[in-house]
Amino acid sequence: MTLAVFLTLAIASIVFALLMVLTKNPVHSVIFLLLTFFAVAGQYVLLNAQFLAVVHIIVYAGAVMVLFLFVLMLLNLNTEAEPRQTARWKLAAALVSGMLMLTLVGTLRAGAALPIPENTDPHVGLVQNLGKVLFTDFVVPFEMAGILFLAAMVGAVLLAKREIR
Amino acid sequence: MLDVVKTVPIEYYLWLSCALFCIGVFGVLVRRNALVVLMCVELMLNAVNLLLAAFSTYLSDAQGQILVFFIMVVAAAEAAVGLGILVMIFRNTHTTDIYWLDKLRG
Repeated sequence: MTLAVFLTLAIASIVFALLMVLTKNPVHSVIFLLLTFFAVAGQYVLLNAQFLAVVHIIVYAGAVMVLFLFVLMLLNLNTEAEPRQTARWKLAAALVSGMLMLTLVGTLRAGAALPIPENTDPHVGLVQNLGKVLFTDFVVPFEMAGILFLAAMVGAVLLAKREIR
Repeated sequence: MLDVVKTVPIEYYLWLSCALFCIGVFGVLVRRNALVVLMCVELMLNAVNLLLAAFSTYLSDAQGQILVFFIMVVAAAEAAVGLGILVMIFRNTHTTDIYWLDKLRG
């Protein structure tokens, strides 16, 4: 049952990711990427990382993709304006990524088999446990993430302004 | 003990992540619209996130999931600044085709 759910989600995410890359209309690309994100969120739920799944949906589906869609609408890009790559370049790109895939899979298969854990703690992905780790061991990186967000926000506002006087 | 750890080998998550990452690489290479290239970068980050979460669950270590949060932070900041730059470029050149964005080339 779990394996069937995993395989369904895995195949769905790969198919949607491929459609995202191959479709010509950028708006369709955004929609397919959104579906890929939902499939990945399903994997998080399967891994009992519920808090991560919720944050993933809120951040990616709620914020990042809306931002992408908003810019896409703002720039008014459509299928006719979409630049196309030449067939030779497409073949080269497919070759490069396929060979990267082969190299990664081959290297990972050549290594020692990963041990199957004897016993796992099912509470590791729950918000209580994650909060404890985040605000004790990782409190300095957490604060630095806040500074990074502030810098990114100021930078984005400054970049998007029409003229700087 | 979680059901997923018993029934799904960790290798399956490795292959899935590799596949998603390579699709992202393919997209970066094959698309000429800078907006779609940024989306493909997001897909690559997501592939890594998935693998981190999988190992975190299989090894019962919360640090992997904390790292996923930080990757999400960086991805969100990157998307905001990247789209800001993209809007600026579009305002000046009226295109998002990366083929024409070679002004810095000597």
